[in-house]
Amino acid sequence: MRVNFTVNGRKQEADDVWEGESLLYVLRERMGLPGSKNACEQGECGSCTVRLDGVPVCSCLVAAGQVEGREVVTVEGLADYAAHRTDAHPGGGCASGACGTSVDAAKRWQAKPQDGQTGEAGGLSPIQQAFIDAGAVQCGFCTPGLLVAADELLERNAEPSDADIREALSGNLCRCTGYEKILDAVRLAAARQEEAV
Amino acid sequence: MAQNTRTTPAGTPTNVTQNHTKGGIGESTLRPDGTLKVTGEFAYSSDMWHEDMLWGQTLRSTVAHALIENIDISEAVAMPGVYAVLTYDDLPAKMKNYGLEIQDTPVLANGRVRHHGEPVALVAADHPETARRAAAKIKIDYKELPLVTDEASALAPDAPLIHEGRDDHHSGHVPHPNIVHRQPIIRGNADEAAKRADVIVKGEYTFGMQDQAFLGPESGLAVPAEDGGVDLYVATQWLHSDLQQIAPVLGLPPEKVRMTLSGVGGAFGGREDISMQIHACLLALRTGKPVKIVYNRFESFFGHVHRHPAKLYYEHGATKDGKITHMKCKIVLDGGAYASASPAVVGNASSLSVGPYVIDDVDIEAIALYSNNPPCGAMRGFGAVQACFAYEAQMDKLAAKLGMDPVEFRQLNAMEQGTIMPTGQVVDSPAPVAELLRRVKARPLPPEQQWLAAGEEADVRALPGGLSNTTHGEGVVRGIGYAVGIKNVGFSEGFDDYSTARVRLEVINGEPVAMVHTAMAEVGQGGVTVHAQIARTELGVTQVTIHPADTQVGSAGSTSASRQTYMTGGAVKNTCEAVRAKALELGRRKFGSYHPAWATAELLLEGGKVVTDGGEVLADLADVLEGEAIDEELEFRHRPTQAFDLVTGQGNGHVQYTFAAHRAVVEVDTELGLVKVVELATAQDVGKALNMLSVVGQIQGGTTQGLGVAVMEEIIVDPKTAKVRNPSFTDYLIPTILDTPTIPVDVLELADPNAPYGLRGLGEAPTLSSTPAVLAAIRAATGLELNKTPVRPEHLTGTGA
Repeated sequence: MRVNFTVNGRKQEADDVWEGESLLYVLRERMGLPGSKNACEQGECGSCTVRLDGVPVCSCLVAAGQVEGREVVTVEGLADYAAHRTDAHPGGGCASGACGTSVDAAKRWQAKPQDGQTGEAGGLSPIQQAFIDAGAVQCGFCTPGLLVAADELLERNAEPSDADIREALSGNLCRCTGYEKILDAVRLAAARQEEAV
Repeated sequence: MAQNTRTTPAGTPTNVTQNHTKGGIGESTLRPDGTLKVTGEFAYSSDMWHEDMLWGQTLRSTVAHALIENIDISEAVAMPGVYAVLTYDDLPAKMKNYGLEIQDTPVLANGRVRHHGEPVALVAADHPETARRAAAKIKIDYKELPLVTDEASALAPDAPLIHEGRDDHHSGHVPHPNIVHRQPIIRGNADEAAKRADVIVKGEYTFGMQDQAFLGPESGLAVPAEDGGVDLYVATQWLHSDLQQIAPVLGLPPEKVRMTLSGVGGAFGGREDISMQIHACLLALRTGKPVKIVYNRFESFFGHVHRHPAKLYYEHGATKDGKITHMKCKIVLDGGAYASASPAVVGNASSLSVGPYVIDDVDIEAIALYSNNPPCGAMRGFGAVQACFAYEAQMDKLAAKLGMDPVEFRQLNAMEQGTIMPTGQVVDSPAPVAELLRRVKARPLPPEQQWLAAGEEADVRALPGGLSNTTHGEGVVRGIGYAVGIKNVGFSEGFDDYSTARVRLEVINGEPVAMVHTAMAEVGQGGVTVHAQIARTELGVTQVTIHPADTQVGSAGSTSASRQTYMTGGAVKNTCEAVRAKALELGRRKFGSYHPAWATAELLLEGGKVVTDGGEVLADLADVLEGEAIDEELEFRHRPTQAFDLVTGQGNGHVQYTFAAHRAVVEVDTELGLVKVVELATAQDVGKALNMLSVVGQIQGGTTQGLGVAVMEEIIVDPKTAKVRNPSFTDYLIPTILDTPTIPVDVLELADPNAPYGLRGLGEAPTLSSTPAVLAAIRAATGLELNKTPVRPEHLTGTGA
């Protein structure tokens, strides 16, 4: 079958999709977007978390056909999505940035840096930068899903308590960090967000 | 031919350059691969992709022990989209087995399977679902055999032999062919010393089978090459060890198997053994097409070895003033169907069975069994983890029987620098065991019964049961427990353990740049961060490029045994020193006549300049290097070790020892048997923290894996069928962020004079003491004996098996 949907603000079309394929498979293997990860493929680990019409979902549990005509944001589009939210929808967001790019956002765009030390160069969302700065990334396999989930938390709750953070991220397994630095990263992103307002 | 136009696959790792920090060793510089990992651009082995690639699928045995009477592949071969189906008969070389130490593991089953999930056949097809369906159409007739599932069935007079006709180097000294390896250690006279004891405690402990549960599944891409060889992109812990096992069974010389480390999504020991590497190469060479294999989580539980489950029998005695008189123990590790790392696990379990204590009279025996259970091998802290769980329970029992404080009792018997191990080895660098315990004990306790103080504001999420809303504090009891452990660092028992680093120093765009090339497997630990720091410290440059890890450079050894910062960090330091000497020599030749300090002073490279030890600038490094590149590749070794004597266990077997202590604070809903770990404080000596951010991250991660064993993690193997009953993240639970408490970390830096920068390997120690500390805390809360991991609700309520 053919599936049409919007990914990170761009219309996409996938052909010859077998009905049993998941959204995760189509993103990874058919669209060249392997950022969403395949740790369990059974909805337990959260590493494949994407936004589907704004709602965080495990893309491994979404049949590709269910995405027809809908909007998906993956980790690859997270920086643009966050920038668009700041520019066009302060305090909120549209599902995919599909409502257009503002002049400010277009001016701010630049190539992504090769170096983890350089957040100020732009190209990263606040939560992505905070994960690097706080040491929340080790092997990094859980990171894309956690970033999408944490970004969604901060979108709806700018000042989450530790208990709020734990609850919001409880569907995302991490085997490396013991979660302490992931908590640090979300706190850091929230604090920076507050400073910026 | 397609091969001739083959391009580099998508996801091939490239150089990563870090140039926005001057941070050398001791600074918490950030990961050079951090940006790639947060944008989703970092390519893991499962992300590899090639234009015309096929998907490989493994068919695994559905029974644990059986003869294969017939394999019918005809339906599978006939399916559209299927390119190849391989069985044992298709293996191309004389060598058909592989293994880390003993080559006892068949690439594909040869007429017999020895455990549930053993690979029997392979399929390559144009879609993963086609491959799965084709594999399901392969018909195998099994004739089931009697099972070996524990010590009794392994050593029974009529026990089936898991491996007949053994001729490996352990087969001559083991008392039974179903014992992989046995290591006794006898020192002093435990029977005589026992007569001095005022109290004696005995215990029998059971440690469950733990899974590494790394999140990135076993995966990789094999691309056939024009020269008849193969290019393999894979996630592993040791490229060169893989290569030694892969090339012979492919019938290829090692230089025709070119391996590149792809992104690794965690390892924890589970990638020390081969998984899909050989299978993907076989299918690629057979079909002439690139083949990708990615396990799903179900298959991953069968695709790698686990932590050895163990039975541990301990006896300790002590005088009434609290000095331990003696220790006797027997540790039985279940190695499962194939040897994997079992011999080394036995060596660690026996040599570290006494714990970080001074006990002169010991009688120790450790064995690993062959059985029809899943193969077990390396996992973080192996051998030492199981022992620590048991001896720390014993310490609490002894203290209780003597009416002493459990921490003071441990401190009274704690080893220190100069202590002689049961193996006769003298601990010749700091061993601050008593101090680590003092530190975790001195830390303020989290407030008790917060739910009472908070009243209506009480957050149910902080209570046992959490959002299940099972209690508002009724029946909740607090407990506090302590534990401390000892682990060895590096490969032991006489192994020629080395690492190799290549460093290239040259001027690019007017800037001096250091390129570091090693075969070290970066599995998340941050080795690449530290390599850049070392290069900056030793060569005084800002810009460091990390070359992808591959087999075009010498072996780095394994990313395991807490050894990589010591060994490959040491290798990078060592090579940088040689490169620096050459750069200074070059400077002397070019500029030596301009300043007398070139000939007389101690010269350093700092901030891109050649300076005297007094800080005077002699030249720009860029000018020194102009037109020349310095390129060195050198090996680095730690001091040699000795094998343990097979009768007495004596020998200087270990390179370095490492220590951590934990204090666990738990709250237990005693009515429902639910445990909330409130805090898990730890203190550890790391010798020298090369990067404190990474050090603390390692300690917190290791602590959490120990917590998992304490209260939830266990692969359950049916004792009647030897089949794995919970191969999924639905049924095998690992800690979530809700299960994991605050983990305050106290880091000591007492230098080891034998190690690079004085550092001490650190990754494994926190995994040891975390588990027994949590168990001790639950025992303190409930008064129950709890001699088994994991503690489940029914163990606390007495309502189940």
